[in-house]
Amino acid sequence: MNRSARYALRIASLAVALGLWQLLTSQDIDLWLRFSQFPTVTDVAHTFADRLAGPDYWTDLTDSLTRILSGFLLAAVLGVATGVLVARSRLAEDLLGPVLEVVRPIPAIALVPVAILLFPSNEQGIVFITCTAAFFPVLVSTRHAVRALTPVWEEAVRTMGGGRWRVLGSVVLPGALPGVFGGLSVGIGVSWICVISAEMISGQYGVGYRTWQDYTVVDYPGVFVGMVTIGVLGWLTSTAVELLGRRLTRWLPRTAQGPAARPKSARSGAAPPPAATAGRKDSIRTRPEEARDEHLVRD
Amino acid sequence: MSTSSETETETETETGTRTGTSTGAGPGTGAGAPGRGTRLTLRDAALGRPDAAAVSGVDVDVSPGEILTVVGPSGCGKSTLLRTLAGLLPPLAGTAEQDGRPIDGPGADRALVFQEDALLPWRSLRANVELPLAVQGLPRAERRDQATAWLERVGLAAQAGQLPHRVSGGQRQRAQLARALAGRPRAVLMDEPFGALDAQTRAGMQDLLVEVLHGTGATVVFVTHDVDEALFLGDRVALLGAGRLTAVRDVPRPRDRTARDDPARTALRRDVLTSLGT
Repeated sequence: MNRSARYALRIASLAVALGLWQLLTSQDIDLWLRFSQFPTVTDVAHTFADRLAGPDYWTDLTDSLTRILSGFLLAAVLGVATGVLVARSRLAEDLLGPVLEVVRPIPAIALVPVAILLFPSNEQGIVFITCTAAFFPVLVSTRHAVRALTPVWEEAVRTMGGGRWRVLGSVVLPGALPGVFGGLSVGIGVSWICVISAEMISGQYGVGYRTWQDYTVVDYPGVFVGMVTIGVLGWLTSTAVELLGRRLTRWLPRTAQGPAARPKSARSGAAPPPAATAGRKDSIRTRPEEARDEHLVRD
Repeated sequence: MSTSSETETETETETGTRTGTSTGAGPGTGAGAPGRGTRLTLRDAALGRPDAAAVSGVDVDVSPGEILTVVGPSGCGKSTLLRTLAGLLPPLAGTAEQDGRPIDGPGADRALVFQEDALLPWRSLRANVELPLAVQGLPRAERRDQATAWLERVGLAAQAGQLPHRVSGGQRQRAQLARALAGRPRAVLMDEPFGALDAQTRAGMQDLLVEVLHGTGATVVFVTHDVDEALFLGDRVALLGAGRLTAVRDVPRPRDRTARDDPARTALRRDVLTSLGT
């Protein structure tokens, strides 16, 4: 399937969901599930347009984004550092392991009282909760990824005379990156859950705060505007994490997209594109050893 | 069991590949001189992981510039022997020495070549070969020049920019060889480097190894389970089995393809196969 067809399919999936929503709500369907009180898509769209024109929406948006980004980035740095430390050092594992394992099962949102006691301002408390939420998935996946590294990579660098920091920079961090990004993807998701919940409980401004305000004044279309905003922001941020991850782990062997794709791309680095096929034939003719290895290239 | 009396090296071979090595360089004299081999000695050593000794009572002395092949069935402790010489594993008993000084950890002068998949998969072949040079602190441009030269020497100039999983197993092993030699080690420890290759590719790799070792003067310890490979490459061949180093034998006419039918070589081959119990 080509690229544009796949995009069309994705848009169609969203359109069908919206269409179904509009159908159920505009017809006031009550089949055990009651859609009669539900705002229609057009109601929500009108409210959305009004909100976009006002100043509050953008303040809420930037507030929420600032909170989640600071919390998430902090969690990424702390989670990777702690994960590497715990995986590489037995002392760190014994010192930090028990504390981390006891704190881990506590839902981050249950830390609201702790945040209120600890931090002078609400703002810092929300960042703390967001950070704690994303910290554990990053920590756990980093720890696993570091432990699963192939030992010969480290042995190879050490027999080149590389020390601790060289092993860390040249083997551990790049080698653990695919696993780390697994944790970051999960982390950005739970970060959104926690930033919105924390805003609903204790925030001033922010998408979560606004959504809860709308609910208390029975402005249901407003609630849905909040939900759509959260959905879109969550989708954008996790896509950003995903794309960055794919970019940084481009070296991972991937299956070919199509039967012809792989040989072509395997060669593109070796010979200039216009002369690719000619160059390849030449190299086989002039280098019998290369040709001999050729049959192993794509197994 | 002492085998250190048989350390006379046979560097003057018909292939003439091992020139300029070890004409009586005693322990310590080679230290600091780049391009010279190093003397590796194990004295009454027990080797293995702390909870399980794989081999014990190992006495072996590898002269500077010599190629010693170690042959034995799988699981007999060949890799353990290499890792001990590399400094990755401390001996459980006895001593492991380099030029008379105890080996207390891995170092750039003892490079290790692994059976497979030891190239860092996120680095291109060239970046992999540059790695030991980066560890040594060479400036970027020089790293690049030297790595390119080494890749050319092993016939991988065209694949320099490729990631390891994009090239064949034989090409990966050539890149590993280039990476090991780029750091100018005084000893190269090879752990069944051609074990995963098909017979034809393997013969080509053996010839390439002999060719690229030419002039480096490095001491080589080459572990294999292939008796013919051991007899082709080694100045001497060490037999490992049943938890002991059972014998170290001089090889007549090493690195000479035509010596395959030499009566002395066939007799040795028969002896080796008999003592390995195959």
